[in-house]
Amino acid sequence: MTVKKAEQKAGMKKKSRFTLDDLQLFFLSLPSVLWYVLFCYLPMFGLIIAFKKYKVAPGKGFLWSLFNNSAWCGLDNFRFLFANNRATTINMFRNTIGYNIIFIVLGVAIPVALAIMINHLRSQKLAKVTQTAMFLPHFLSWVVVGYFVFAFLSTDNGLVNHLILAFGGNPVKWYQGEAAEYWPWILIFLHMWKTVGYSMVVYLASIKGIDESLYEAAMIDGATKWQQTKYITLPMLKTIMIIMFIMAVGKIFNSDFGLFYRTTRNSSSLTNVYLTLDVYVYNSMFNNPRPVYGYISAAGFMQSVLGCLTMIAANAIVRRVDNESALF
Amino acid sequence: MTLSNPSSPKEAGSGMLRFNALKPGTNVLYSIIFLLLALICVIPVVFVIIISFSSEASIGRVGYSFVPDEWSVEAYRYVWALRNSQGIPTVVMAFLTSIGITVVGTAIGVTLISTMGYVLSRRNFKLRGFYTTLIFIPMIFNGGLLSTYVVNTQLLGMKNTYWALIFPLACSSFYVIIMRTFFQTTVPDEIIESGRVDGASQLRIFAQLVLPISLPALATIALFLTFAYWNDWYQASLYIESNRHDMFPLQYVLVNIEKNIQYLANNDMAMSANSTALPSETMRMAIVVIAVVPIMFSYPFFQKYFISGLTIGAVKG
Repeated sequence: MTVKKAEQKAGMKKKSRFTLDDLQLFFLSLPSVLWYVLFCYLPMFGLIIAFKKYKVAPGKGFLWSLFNNSAWCGLDNFRFLFANNRATTINMFRNTIGYNIIFIVLGVAIPVALAIMINHLRSQKLAKVTQTAMFLPHFLSWVVVGYFVFAFLSTDNGLVNHLILAFGGNPVKWYQGEAAEYWPWILIFLHMWKTVGYSMVVYLASIKGIDESLYEAAMIDGATKWQQTKYITLPMLKTIMIIMFIMAVGKIFNSDFGLFYRTTRNSSSLTNVYLTLDVYVYNSMFNNPRPVYGYISAAGFMQSVLGCLTMIAANAIVRRVDNESALF
Repeated sequence: MTLSNPSSPKEAGSGMLRFNALKPGTNVLYSIIFLLLALICVIPVVFVIIISFSSEASIGRVGYSFVPDEWSVEAYRYVWALRNSQGIPTVVMAFLTSIGITVVGTAIGVTLISTMGYVLSRRNFKLRGFYTTLIFIPMIFNGGLLSTYVVNTQLLGMKNTYWALIFPLACSSFYVIIMRTFFQTTVPDEIIESGRVDGASQLRIFAQLVLPISLPALATIALFLTFAYWNDWYQASLYIESNRHDMFPLQYVLVNIEKNIQYLANNDMAMSANSTALPSETMRMAIVVIAVVPIMFSYPFFQKYFISGLTIGAVKG
């Protein structure tokens, strides 16, 4: 007791000044702090490009160009995005949000259902092998997946077209505008294909952590499997489901760039289907002979700000419903 | 860890749990569903491997097929024959580049993440509150692609350097929080206190007392980073100009493969004569296979670390 009090006293004394200990910890963390400043905070600061007519001054650095060579232009860049570029802008917002909503709903429902089902499987060996197999897509890059898709959908050699031919149908030019109606489904399928195994394992880990005695008590009361799932498993998964949900909602203005850009082979006649904010920014930077940084930065600025706001809003809602589950 | 639960119905064998097992019919149905799902996840890889061992002529006749009418290792021979200006096979060069970036990046990343995680886990550190804010803000707000790109190329001058492939992916607040939570929950305060009593500096305490007992968490973070670096093509597409073939990591060779095969064939004296005869269909699949095989054979062994990392990460704070 007295030792603890003495410790507390010492701790209080320490609080008043920066000790040697603090100094050492400060130096220990210095590289990481530097990393955060250079790779997180400088880019945030760079967002002011969105409010400037950014011009690179040849031979001068970025900061010089930004401050001495680029005039402020208020909201002109944003006005351009919405006025001159209206159709594209609406389209990219619709795609970004639309796909994300579908991904969020399916991305919670399907993995949770599968996790509950696989947990019930009688053969643990089968469950283990299945999990491992379903985890594989998570470890592959979209470039690689893009070639998998190409192996099936290639117009001349693809398996799908050869099957269509074998059954006497007309081959489809999958990477051309004529196949645009199929692509939303293909993209949704690919997203699920790549993420379901991973999410399922996350939920399964939580299910395995549920106290077995809860189920035993339920059985004694004569609860059916469905009732056990509904009244024990799902409520116990609530927190992790909500955390995954907030994280997904916070990223609603982002998109999995590789999915939209690589698997469609960036085909220009399919642009309407896969143009998300990320694809727009990337395309205007690298596939545009004369990129205008102001406009691109305006799109990026909206993406960052809106994403931040949705994250805070989602968290606030969760906090109101269930304080325990809120992320921050 | 979660994969073998001792209280699973089969192993436990207690009457109660057996009573609660699935009905045989449902069990068969579930088994079939999961077998199908497993197949759907694995078959594309098998398909691409088969294509890479098909002959180009076979593809001309029957297309990409699970049963090519002629097998061949021609694709791999040509991939091997593609040399850069120093006479090293391009694929080998790209493979080494990928390994180098992965190793250096993982080392830097683990250092940054673990030191930050440790510092944040020290409860009486004066700057703790400030640091918590510092790592929290990037989780919900970021500068976006353009300003990141402009800062990295024009301010930090990383265009066409390997650093551009390494630094942007090295650290992340999510991993820092995983590490912090691990240190807070698993490393007893007494150990650190004993180090301080013995007069050790914080660096020594961290390196000699804390790290050795934190290997599982470090391994998890290292694996996350390793796979992220190995699979990365995006940073290369941003920061490596398309004429710097010698700098491409393997994944980015895949991105540019159509152009690449043509370019390399034209640049190679020995092959320029018959570059039209290049088995380009099977060659790209062969490179896909080369990029996928290391992952395919290693991830089952590391899977459990991923799962444990995910569950640590779920602990909020």
